[in-house]
Order: sequence, then structure tokens, then C-alpha cells
Amino acid sequence: MSVRRLAEKQPSAFAFTAENLAWAKAQIAKYPLGRQRSAVIPLLWRAQQQCGGWLPQKAIEAVADMLGMAKIRALEVATFYTMFNLEPVGRFHVQLCGTTPCMLRGSEELKKALRRLIGKENRVSADGAFLWTEVECLGACVNAPMVQINADYYEDLTPETLTRIINDLSAGRTPKPGPQIDRCNSAPIGGESTLLDPSLYLGERRHPGEPLTDAEGKKSGEAANVHEAPMPRPPIANAPDPTRN
Amino acid sequence: MLADKDRIFRNLYGRHDWGFKGARARGAWDGTKAILQKGREALVSEMKASGQRGRGGAGFPTGLKWSFMPKQADDRPHYLVVNADESEPGTCKDREIMRHDPHLLIEGCLIAGAAMDARTCYIYIRGEFIRERERLEAAIAQAYEARLVGKNNIHGYDFDIVVHHGAGAYICGEETALLESLEGKKGMPRLKPPFPANMGLYGCPTTVNNVETIAQVPDIMRRGAAWFAGIGRPNNTGTKLFCISGHVERPCNVEEAMGIPLRELIEKHAGGVCGGWSNLLAVIPGGSSMPLVPAGADQADTLLMDFDGCRDKKSALGTAAVIVMDKSADIVKAMARISYFYKHETCGQCTPCREGMGWMWRVLTRMAEGRAHKREIDMLWEVTTQIEGHTICAFGDGAAWPVQGLIRHFRPEIERRIDEYTANPDAGGVLDPAATEAAE
Amino acid sequence: MTKLIIDGKEIEVPPEYTVLQACEAAGAEIPRFCFHERLSIAGNCRMCLVELVGSPKPVASCAWGVRDCRPGPKGEPPEIKTRSPMVRKAREGVMEFLLINHPLDCPICDQGGECDLQDQAMAYGVDQSRFRENKRAVEDKYIGALVKTVMTRCIHCTRCIRFAAEVAGVPELGAIGRGEDMEITTYLEEAMTSELQGNVVDLCPVGALTSKPYAFSARPWELNKSESIDVMDALGSAIRIDTRGREVMRILPRVNGDINEEWISDKTRHVVDGLRMQRLDQPYLRENGRLRAASWSEAFAAIAGKLARANPKRVGALVGDLAAVEEVFALKDLMTRLGVVNFDCRQDGPMLDPRWGRASYIFNATIAGIDIADALLIVGANPRKEAAVLNARIRKRWRAAKNFPIGVIGPKMSLTYSYDYLGAGPETLSSIARHSFADALRQAERPLVLVGAQSLARPDGAAIAAFAAKAAVDLGAIKEGWNGFSVLHSAASRVGALDLGFVPGEGGLNAREMAAFGTLDVVFLLGADEIDIAPGAFAVYIGTHGDRGAARADVVLPGAAYPEKSAIYVNTEGRVQMATRASFPPGDAREDWAILRALSDVLGKRLPYDSLAVLRAALYQSYPHFRRNGAIAPGDAADVRRLAERGGALDKAPFREGVGDFYFTNPIARASMVMAECSALAQGRPAMKAAQ
Repeated sequence: MSVRRLAEKQPSAFAFTAENLAWAKAQIAKYPLGRQRSAVIPLLWRAQQQCGGWLPQKAIEAVADMLGMAKIRALEVATFYTMFNLEPVGRFHVQLCGTTPCMLRGSEELKKALRRLIGKENRVSADGAFLWTEVECLGACVNAPMVQINADYYEDLTPETLTRIINDLSAGRTPKPGPQIDRCNSAPIGGESTLLDPSLYLGERRHPGEPLTDAEGKKSGEAANVHEAPMPRPPIANAPDPTRN
Repeated sequence: MLADKDRIFRNLYGRHDWGFKGARARGAWDGTKAILQKGREALVSEMKASGQRGRGGAGFPTGLKWSFMPKQADDRPHYLVVNADESEPGTCKDREIMRHDPHLLIEGCLIAGAAMDARTCYIYIRGEFIRERERLEAAIAQAYEARLVGKNNIHGYDFDIVVHHGAGAYICGEETALLESLEGKKGMPRLKPPFPANMGLYGCPTTVNNVETIAQVPDIMRRGAAWFAGIGRPNNTGTKLFCISGHVERPCNVEEAMGIPLRELIEKHAGGVCGGWSNLLAVIPGGSSMPLVPAGADQADTLLMDFDGCRDKKSALGTAAVIVMDKSADIVKAMARISYFYKHETCGQCTPCREGMGWMWRVLTRMAEGRAHKREIDMLWEVTTQIEGHTICAFGDGAAWPVQGLIRHFRPEIERRIDEYTANPDAGGVLDPAATEAAE
Repeated sequence: MTKLIIDGKEIEVPPEYTVLQACEAAGAEIPRFCFHERLSIAGNCRMCLVELVGSPKPVASCAWGVRDCRPGPKGEPPEIKTRSPMVRKAREGVMEFLLINHPLDCPICDQGGECDLQDQAMAYGVDQSRFRENKRAVEDKYIGALVKTVMTRCIHCTRCIRFAAEVAGVPELGAIGRGEDMEITTYLEEAMTSELQGNVVDLCPVGALTSKPYAFSARPWELNKSESIDVMDALGSAIRIDTRGREVMRILPRVNGDINEEWISDKTRHVVDGLRMQRLDQPYLRENGRLRAASWSEAFAAIAGKLARANPKRVGALVGDLAAVEEVFALKDLMTRLGVVNFDCRQDGPMLDPRWGRASYIFNATIAGIDIADALLIVGANPRKEAAVLNARIRKRWRAAKNFPIGVIGPKMSLTYSYDYLGAGPETLSSIARHSFADALRQAERPLVLVGAQSLARPDGAAIAAFAAKAAVDLGAIKEGWNGFSVLHSAASRVGALDLGFVPGEGGLNAREMAAFGTLDVVFLLGADEIDIAPGAFAVYIGTHGDRGAARADVVLPGAAYPEKSAIYVNTEGRVQMATRASFPPGDAREDWAILRALSDVLGKRLPYDSLAVLRAALYQSYPHFRRNGAIAPGDAADVRRLAERGGALDKAPFREGVGDFYFTNPIARASMVMAECSALAQGRPAMKAAQ
């Protein structure tokens, strides 16, 4: 954690889009009456997404006003939590996990690769597309080393696979998130050592156990692996200044 | 080895449907109403009988924790808060539950809520888990839609589940810091007492449980406390998700019985230490906050992976995140990096932690290069003891212990580097030049 | 009571005590930085750790309740050790951590000599450093005109943050960032707006927050410390005036639980430079329209000349806001001897009359009574501006109580607590009994009706007072053991002068009439600067500053400001307090009573007291309650009942704000550059940065 300051160049205004405003109001309603302040992190996060991945001053103030908080309290929150980016981060914010489990498996090689591919840490690349940051443990240690790019985790990386991902992104392709080697999520490479008993999954065809008393109530929802909200692209006006170095 | 039928997390690797149908097929949401109808007392005693200890790191008996919630209702609501702020380096088990078996967690929330008379549950998930949050929210939407939870649900126990997220602060995994964060403040731990069971979220009685703790609850209730208590050793019962990372051939998450020998765990599931067991240098058995255990006949070779087993080796089970280091690892640098993690994550509220973290990290960074005096090893040890036990929360302890573990077991290595550097001070840093830059 | 063993000594303490309080009760000294009696418990400095036998870790005594201490295995009382090796190690450890990143700049630090860190490092620290890394440097922050920051010195105790949020009620300080990079600041370095912000300097245990106007002016050990009473408002806050030689260097609060606890307003604290500027240090005479320096005898002769030709009916005397009881007594005495009946101490004109009885014009509930009041009606007052410290007391009550209904009649204003807005003017007051808020007052055990004296400064003022009293009576604020009718004055001299009956005698003119054109030939202004005297009358101004009164005057007699005299003041509660002298009047200026005594000689109406002691003896003889320093002669509740029955016709005009600019309410404040800067900041104008 280093000293945190707001960006020098700031947009002159901020307002939630109608959609985000409705979402924010629904968010506030999740907490008991008078406890609307609880929604500060979700709202700041939404504002950050709306602004293309970083949090301008006016957005902090707008959220503070909306929640009836003193501005300094909202600023405290925005500077305490490291996922709030106080400066523009480019279209793709590459967060490299550098903590020991990843370090043991080669995150330092990835760091070198990122320096080569993007440039210095915490600087938006010349084309305005990338910024990389070394962050602390992202909680995917058995898939180390890994990076998070915007919302997605890219795991089991080597400098080569990371280079490919960055190149794909830069070319407008969408690389597949998750392990970049032949592996199913956090299962051991080469296949599981457990959960091999097929009888565990018989029920997936034949219902196990007692029938439910209220079968009517138990119908499954839609496939919900749809993203909560697509990551908004930064409007041109807010796009990072490529000359900034 | 634990039999597959005794495993709780049957979709650990996400090969099957995570959704309601799949979960239902694997046995979730089965007879939940009957479980709830047993009543508060019975649920708490069942939990006590199972011997389950919290899976989030501290290992506090879950049933006992639940029993602290006030029995006499006053006008304050009770809250269940699920700690899904999984950030302990080495740990990545709750993530798997949330993205692959979320219904176990949701069902667990309902049962735990009923056991504590809580009508609202907040699940606090770390901000970085964006996809996991989306998955969990989708699963909760399914549960609402199927009227499993919510108002007027089929279980006859009104219960709401709200997913809340953080935004990048390890300290929010500390239960009172989590509550502060949930209230919209900085995640700074509160003074205890009062404990959350008395004065928790919004000043109301609150219990904070780890994701894995809660997700195990439905199976414990369905299969019975005796089944759970029959796995593992007394006082260390049940199954546990282990995360095996670092220098092993096949790093993975796996559900195993408590008390499994470390060597068996690594060799059976993780393909063994890189270069064979004899190439083991040290292992951190419980996430980065716990002291390391070096290789050796009376150390890692005989380490049993449960609360008491780890304590016997002056470490702790923590979150059961096994970080393995083979002889190629730079142990001092690895620990310096852990120190950097704590320096980065300390909330800064209380003095020993705020000032001590940076000090430890800076000294260790120099020691990794050999740029230090030998007497500073003792000084560093003393600094760790000045932090340990003097802070508001356990973060200070968790940052001091790994350093103590290093000094306890690898003092000769540090001394060797100091000698080497003293003999040839111009040889250049051991560390990455960028890291050295950052240190200044 | 709970039994404890502290350092081997058995002691019984109330169970709600903290361990820290218990240790202090047992005579064990516990070092602390973050803990402060009047702020919430933070427990973050870890300096107060003590050993609780049976607990593996030391516990923070400031936060640990005696109730939370478990008895020993055989039921012995809990045992606490404050001098064990465990405690020693903890303290030395914390001290070392605090010092590793604290700069070694004590020789240039204004906190030097009164620094908690310095003192405690001497007592609990070790004498050498093992820290070989670079020390942390932190950018200084601009947080306003009054508080200077050197943030590298900050030890993050958060007292200032808690003060701003809890006591001042203006949450504008915070800690941004986290970990070792945590920084105390206002939002983007905006200036603080609280009228109580200066108190954070006293609270700061190190030199991170120091007084900006006082920067580098003196060392604490060079200063003479005199106990005095503040006159910037009518609370009579307890202050300490620190002087070096004749010069007042700074003003600090003293603890007085009955009045200001330990806070003072920024005007009280930072008016200091106003005591040096614009001072009248010799008599002046107006000749050909211009004031020229004169000798005392010339000035006296001019006055005597005018008075000799004047009809006493056309002579009057006005008392200003800062006058002490002694000089008002002497002035009244002199005027009476001259046959004058035109007196008034109410230069701004509130229609209060001592003849209605003392209870009709004092703050009967007392300031400490706010702590036990359970409902509050504010009529035509802005406590935040008229008495900032009292406002903090109301806020304290509001925060502590589960339910403390507050209703406001008057202009809408920004107070530091939420209130029900009932209406703008007297109409709401006269119909208050039918208002829904009245139930909150009726249901209350001890409702408080706070009436702003300034709202009575209008033609229907007497009727407003009567209706306010009626509201108090009707809504149950007057009952056995509780008189909730409370008048909030804003002039320090007012209650004392009313006690002396310094109001028009039989057939006398009041302030407004005296100021009008053609009513008087000679008018005496004892520090009366807040009134415009129409041209015509020969004005004699006795005062301290070249302000409005002196500008109007024909003769100026230089007097003594409040630090320069030993004097009695009576605060809004009617509490008599004596201030000691800290300094001396400048140049030829003299204490006001002595000026009047000398003048009386020239006028041939010699006042019979040659010393302050003799004057006071005469004062005590006529008005015995002035003898009882620190005490209140309580008003008679029957006076309020009688006042309630007076009735009268009410005007429809709404109440208006009494205090225009908080920082400019009196001549001393108007002379102060610091107050000018605060005023500019408060009005949103950029501050004079050069003054930093």
C-alpha cells in the first residue's frame, strides 16, 4: 500500500446512468432502513465500472451524497480498499498476483514479461489499452501463477501464455479465462485423484432421496452464468492520455 | 484415504452442473424442511456433537459459537454473516464452493440461520471474486425462485440472503473488520469485547462463519453428527478442503479427512513434492499466517494435518492451505514476500501492527540479500514478539508467526547470506532490482 | 461494586468502570495516547496495555471493562498487574514502534515541553534506537486557518477525528489510505468549518496538530499562566491565559465540568492577536472633527465641561458586551450620583427586565442541566453561533440519549444535531401547545425551553419572552426541582449588568431611545460598540479598541481588556465567576473602574472606593450574591410563572439570526487578523494564505 491520491486530471462531473441509478437504489434497499451507508462499496464499485475502471473525485462525492455520508468518509473508503483505482487504468487492467504462492511458481517471470509487453508498473501503455499492477494474493493459489484482467482470472500461466493473452486482447480477441493448461479448474493436472466414484452422480439422471413435499416450488432457475453486467468501455473523453508516462 | 461417498463437495472441480438441478441431484436441498423443524436447540446440539471447528482459520467450535447467540429475543434482529473474504495467501477453497457448489452454501445459510434465529444473512465476498459473486448471486436467485429461501418459502422459515462484496482488503477477513466494512466503513477491526454475538452488525447479535464451515452444515445435518465426528481424530473431526500450492507436481484443491499425514496428502493428491519428498525444504501448513514447518523426521515428515497435529509442530492448521517449498526455493525471500503482503494489508489502526509490519519487511528484504548484521536477527525476533499479542486483532500475530518460524528454523541460512554478503558486498542484490527499488 | 486486585492491592470499583479507571482509582498510572475521557474509546495506541492474570495476552485497559474481567479459578477477584514484565515489555514495544517513524525534531516542535509522546518516552521508552531503515515522511495538510499540521509527527491516535465527528459534530477529519501510509486529513484539504476546531490542537498528543497563529511564538516554560474567564460569549468558559511579559501569547481552556468541560470555541482561543491590534493606549479628544491624543486631565476636563452644562435628564450611559461587573457597578454608582436615570446594558435591545425577577433572564436549567434534560425547544436562538460550546453540550446530550427530541422555532440553521423544524416566528411560539411537537415536551421529565436573548430585541420582545415563559409553564418545564426556562445570552456582561439593574430607571430612556437623534446631550459608552449613536450627543467612550464606539466618540478613555483586569463576570446561567489578571493594559490605558473613580473626582462626585477591594466590598454589600464565586443564585420559578401571564401583542415578523458573523461579534474579535481569516473562510472567500 502506498500513499493514495486522487488523479490530477479529473472529469468535471459524474452522474450514474439511469440503469446504474436504478441498480444503486435496489442495492441500498438491501440494507436495513437508516443503514444505507452499507452500500458504499458496491456503489463506488459500480461508479468505477461506469467510469471505465477508475474512480474520479466527482463519483466519490456523488456516492457520498447519495448515501448521506460525509465526503471524507467516502474518501476514506475509496482510499482504504485497493480495488478502487484513483487513476485511469486503461481498457485492460492486468493485476498480477505476486504473493508467495504465486512467486514460488514463477510470478516474477510474469512480471518481467509484463514489463516487456506493457511497460512500467502502474503506467497506462502507450496505446491506452493496458496497465499492470502487482497485487496481493487473489485467492487462486493452486492455479499459480495467475493474473486478473478486468473481471477474469487467467491461471496456470507461463510468460508465453501470458504473452498470448495480452496479444489476443490487444488484437480484440477474447481469450478464454481460467487455467491456461490442460486442467479442470483446481483439479490436479492430469486428472482427479478423488470424486471418481460414478455412483455419486447417478442422481444427475435419477433423483435420489425422498421426494420433495412441495415439488411445485422447486423449479430451477435459468442458466445464470450470465455476467452481472458487462464491463463498460471508457468513453473517449475519459480515455487515458497516451502521452502520460 | 477418505472414501468418495464421504466427500461433501462433490462438484469441487466444477465438472458438473453448479445450478439448482445439479445440486439437487447431488443431494442438496433434500429434507431441509425436516431439518429446520428440529428446532434451534436441536440444531445447535447437533452441531456441537459433530465436533466441527471453524474452517476459516481460528478453528473455534462452530456449535459453541452458535450457542453464544442470545436465547431471549429482544427487539434487535439476529444476523448471520458468512465470511467469504477468502484472502489468506495459499487459500482458494471457498472460491470453489461458491462457484461450483453454491447451493450447499445457501442451504447451509438457511439452516445456520434457523439455528440462531437469524432472518437475514449477509455473505461478504471479496471484491476480486467477481465471477464467483455472479455465480453465487445466480444460485441465490435460483433459490429465491424455487422459494427455498425468501419470504413465505416452502421451508416455513422466512430468510433473506444478501450478497455483499469488498474491494480489496485482506483485513476484512477478520470478523469484526468484516462487519465494519459491511457497515460501509474502513475495514478496521473492533475491540473485543463486546463480541459480535452480543454487538455485531448494526449493533445486533451476529455470528460470522466461514463459507466452508457453513457449506458443510447441510451434510452434517443430513448424515448426522456421528458420521462427521467419525471422520478424523477426536477434537479434529470431519473432512476439510486442503489447498496444496507451491512446489508440488500437481497443485490442487482436495477434500480429505482431517488428520491426514502431510506426506500422504501431498503424494496422493498433489503428485508429490517437486523432485521427490527428499527435496522438501519446508511447508507452511495453514496459510501464510502460520509458522512454517521444515523438512525433517520430527517435522514435516510426521506432520498430521489437523488442528492438534499442526500445533504439535508449533504451527497451526489455519485454513489448511499447504504451501510447499522445495530446496530450490529462496526461503528468506519467500518470507520477505509474505512480510510485504502483511505490510501491504495492515489496516494501520493500532500501533504495533502499523509500524511493525514495515519494519519487519524492510529488515527481511535486507536479510534476503544478506545486507544485515547478525545481531539484527535477534532484533527482528524481538520485534515480532513486540507485535505478537499486542494488537487489536490477530493480524499482528499472523504476521509475526511466519517470521518467527523462519528464524526458528532457518537462522543458519540467514547467517550464511550475511556472511556471504559481507565477504563480497559488491556482488549485487539477490532480489529483483525492482523489488529493491520498491523497498527504498 | 466489584472487587479487583491491582498490583497486589485490593480495591472496590463500580462495575461499569474500565480497567484503566480502576487502575487510576488504585493509584496506578497508566500511560495512554488515544484514550480521552470525553471521546469514544478507540483502543488503537496500545500504550495502556496491562496484564490481566489468566489472560495470555495483555489487554487494553482503556477498553476492557471491569465487568469483563473473569475471577480466578477459585473465585478470587480478578487480578491486574500494571508493573509486571509483560506490561513493561508491551509498553516499551509500543513506545519503540511509535518512535521509529516519529521525527527527531523536538527542538523545532511547538509541542515541545507539553508533549505526551516526549513525556511518556522519558518514562516508558528505551534510550536508543535499533531502527536502521528510512523514516517515514508524510506530506503536511492544509486543514484551515487555525490548525497547523506537521503530519510526519502524527501517531494516528485518531483523537482529532473522533473529536470532529463526536463533539464538534462536523465530520470533516478522516484517515485516508491504510497501514503505515494512513494519513489524517480533511476532504481534499478543505478548511475545517467547525467553530470548535482549535480544540484538536489540545487533543493532539504530539506536535502533528499545533496552533497556526501561535506557531513558534513561545515555549511553554516561558509562559505565565493565569486562570481567567472568557468573555467572547455569555458562557463564561474557563480559560487559562498564557503570557510572556505583558503580552498575551495564547489562550487555552481549563476544565470546568459545569460549563465548558474542556472545550473552548475558536473565537475564545484565537482572539489573542485582537488584544494587540487597534488598542487604545491613551486618551483622545475630538477637535475640529478629528480625534487627537490628549492627556487624562484634558479628557476629564472636557467631560466635566460638558456635564456641567447638561441636564441629567439628557445624560445617559450604555454598557457594552464585554464589561465586567465592577465597572458597571461603578458607572451606575457615578451616574446615580449625577442624577442620571438613563441607563441601559442591553445595547442590542432585548426586552428583558430585571424587575421581572432573576429567573426571567437567566439560563435556569444550567448548562450541566442539558445533560439531564430530555426534550429541548429552541426559540429564536442559534446555539452554534451564540454559544458554540453549549451547542456541543446539546449535541452530546443528543448523541447519548436514545431519544432527545429537539424542536426549533426561528430561522432554519445548520446545527450539529437533527431537529424538528416547527416554524419561523412568534405565531408558532404562541400556538406551540397545539403543535404535535408539544407532546414530546409534555411527555418529557425535564423539558428545556431555550430562548435566545437576541430574539427578544424587537418591539414585541417582552411579549415573546412572556409567550416563551408560557410555553415553558404550559408544557411542564417548570416543576419541582426543575426550571427549564432558559435564556441564552450572547454578551458576557449582560447577566451581571441586569443583576445590577443597569436598565432605565423611573422615566429613563432605553438604549434605542438614547441612540436616537436629539434625546441626549452627553452619553457614556462603556465598551458599547454594537450600537449607532445618532449625531448630536457628546459621546464619552471608555473601552479598549479603536472600533465603532471610539470612532463615534468625542472623548476616548482607554480601558483594560479582559486579560488585563481582575474582574467578576456572570454567565448566562447566572453563575458568578472571578477572573484573575494575566497582563496589564497598554500605555496609558487603565482599568475601567479606576477611570470612573478618577473621573468622579473631577466631576466632584467622588466614588467612595480607592481600591478594587473596597469597590468589591461595596458591591457585595449591595448585591450579596456576587460574593459567591462559582455559584449560581437560583432564580425563583414563580418569576417565570408571572412572566408567562404578562402576555402581550405579538408581531408576525419571523425571528432572524442574532449573530451575523460568528467571528466578528465584538471589538476585540474585529481587531483580530486571525478572526478575519476565519470569517473569510467561513464565507467561502479564499483565506489569506500569506498569514500561514
